[in-house]
Amino acid sequence: MSPATPPTPDAVVVPIESRLVEFVQRLRALGIPIGVDQAVSFAESFAWIQPLHRSEVYHAARATLVNRQEYLELFDRAFSEFWEPLRASAQPQKAPQAPRHRPEQFQRSTLVSFMAEKAKRESKEIEVTDRTETATQVEWLQRKDFATMSDDELRALREAMTGLRWDFSQRLSHRLIKSRRGRMLDHRDTLRRAAKLGGVVVELRRRDRKQKPRPLIVIADISGSMELYSRIVLQFFHGLSHQLRGTESFGFGTRLTRVTDAFALRNVDIALDAVSSEVIDFAGGTRIAESLHTFRHLWGPKLLRRGAVVVLISDGCETGDVEQLKREIQALQRSCYRLVWLNPRLGQHRYEPKVRGMAAALPYVDDFLPIHNFESLRQLRDHLARLPKRKGGSGEVSRRL
Amino acid sequence: MKADSLEQIAETLEAEGYVSDPAVSMSLFLALKMRRPLFLEGAPGVGKTEIARVLSRAFATELIRLQCYEGLDIHHALYEWNYPRQLLRLQAGQSEDLGAIYSDEYLLKRPLLQAIDPARSTSPVLLIDEIDRADEEFESFLLELLSDFQVTIPELGRIEAAHSPIVILTSNRTREIHDALKRRCIYCWIDYPSTQKELAIVSMKVPALSEHVREQVVSLIQKLRREDLLKPPGIAETLDWAEALMHLGIAELDTDTVRQTLGVILKNQEDISVVEGLLEDDAWVAQVG
Repeated sequence: MSPATPPTPDAVVVPIESRLVEFVQRLRALGIPIGVDQAVSFAESFAWIQPLHRSEVYHAARATLVNRQEYLELFDRAFSEFWEPLRASAQPQKAPQAPRHRPEQFQRSTLVSFMAEKAKRESKEIEVTDRTETATQVEWLQRKDFATMSDDELRALREAMTGLRWDFSQRLSHRLIKSRRGRMLDHRDTLRRAAKLGGVVVELRRRDRKQKPRPLIVIADISGSMELYSRIVLQFFHGLSHQLRGTESFGFGTRLTRVTDAFALRNVDIALDAVSSEVIDFAGGTRIAESLHTFRHLWGPKLLRRGAVVVLISDGCETGDVEQLKREIQALQRSCYRLVWLNPRLGQHRYEPKVRGMAAALPYVDDFLPIHNFESLRQLRDHLARLPKRKGGSGEVSRRL
Repeated sequence: MKADSLEQIAETLEAEGYVSDPAVSMSLFLALKMRRPLFLEGAPGVGKTEIARVLSRAFATELIRLQCYEGLDIHHALYEWNYPRQLLRLQAGQSEDLGAIYSDEYLLKRPLLQAIDPARSTSPVLLIDEIDRADEEFESFLLELLSDFQVTIPELGRIEAAHSPIVILTSNRTREIHDALKRRCIYCWIDYPSTQKELAIVSMKVPALSEHVREQVVSLIQKLRREDLLKPPGIAETLDWAEALMHLGIAELDTDTVRQTLGVILKNQEDISVVEGLLEDDAWVAQVG
């Protein structure tokens, strides 16, 4: 972000800004990958163009948001669809709301100026004097939606993620180990002690079942608008999986592919870039049911065992058959210990899971949790550390907002 | 049993009712010659365990089977002391010498110890079945045993096999077995059989079924394996089905009979409904013949 044009909380700019974000999200939903920095450049370009001239906005958007020829056609269509109705209806402009009515907007601008301030002076001394403010910033960062974060903030987030400690849900294996308060007798040890005392059993030695971490399987939608969230969540699990052997990761869009090995070798971002062309067919939309079907058939027998926990990251926008999605989710839940569905939209204000796919799948999901900001990541970690001992009856969904 | 050449192995297997193929015969031949364990991997029901049974019959030797499961430890795989008897003996006050209760008399020999018992006069066949069900801890323990067929029991000392057993390990590949263990073995992947091979197997095992129905059965099973099923039927299921049809006295396999007997070959409700759907499809049925 350029410090030359510090954004001012101008009352008139606010509605346009949110409209721009909406447009960017629309493009992402269509499968055009748009990074946060691109969206910021698009917003910045408004300082140099006439926002009421349609063709200027069009070319500015095209120049800043699209960087591959293949997307141009899709972009053109989306642009006219998005901006045309607005022109036609010519609604009277609503009175702008004061920033205090939109705390999100207000806080963003203070944060942006703070970040710009910080970017200029990177000496350690400043960090120390700014400590109180940094604390509030970190706190704020925890509740900020990933999609609205700048590069700097995302970097800060990644650092914060590496600091998280992991304590994943354990299962009782059938292997027995010595344990002072175990539930089973250790005959061998008890007898060995008794033998020394001429056959008098003075002390009972005990054994108990060894605890082992559950296998964890992460299946993430990495297409379109889900890409950013999935990247962060996969990174989160990747960082934690160093403390946990046997975490398996899969990415899907129109198709599903296993990314576990790629993650082990490379950084998550590079690995995802490499696989995204493989699994995403921009015309094909998001095929959750088909991807889950592939997962169950190819990997299920190998991975869905020993109390596996499956974490699915998706917004539930199924472009395929919704009935099939329902069957797949049902079958998946039956064959794992716990099925956790993470949906970034759940973090949005007044979200209702009414998307066709989401509504169909919900009755068969054990946990339905938001995953849009750092705080939700921490909640997820805490939740995964304390998974209930037995699977709750289907239809019983723990939903945290 | 003669196992001096590849041809002899194939003949012996045939004579014992096992329809082999060149890959299996070769792996088995090498495993026997090189005195290495044979590691058989493949989908459930393709006849992995059967090879061990056939070998024990052919060599006229004992088959010792160890079924693996999670948490399998030395007390269940190798040996255990008979604690109640030991305790009784101690409390009866007969033992001045502690060593007395740690003797052969109180030793319970589990499959692995039975297999390397020095008292044996011939090599037994040791079948370690479904090793993928055991955990990594057990795998590491096996490494030690399989490399030199000897173990040390702290109270008794070292026990070494006089005739090293013929070891067959099987895995359904629900997980990857550690390379260190596989490296010590001869590896053989057993696939679903070809139509021809499967027909030969059915003819050999269920000769009472008419040739026509046998062909129909194999043709349908082969077709089913190409469908997207969670648990495709193995040879074991083919044989069960052939036997079921024989008991039913079927002379001609039609879709109704298939529908009624699907439970013999498919054990998963989802798969059953998929196949029921296929049976509705006349074009699909016509392809099977």
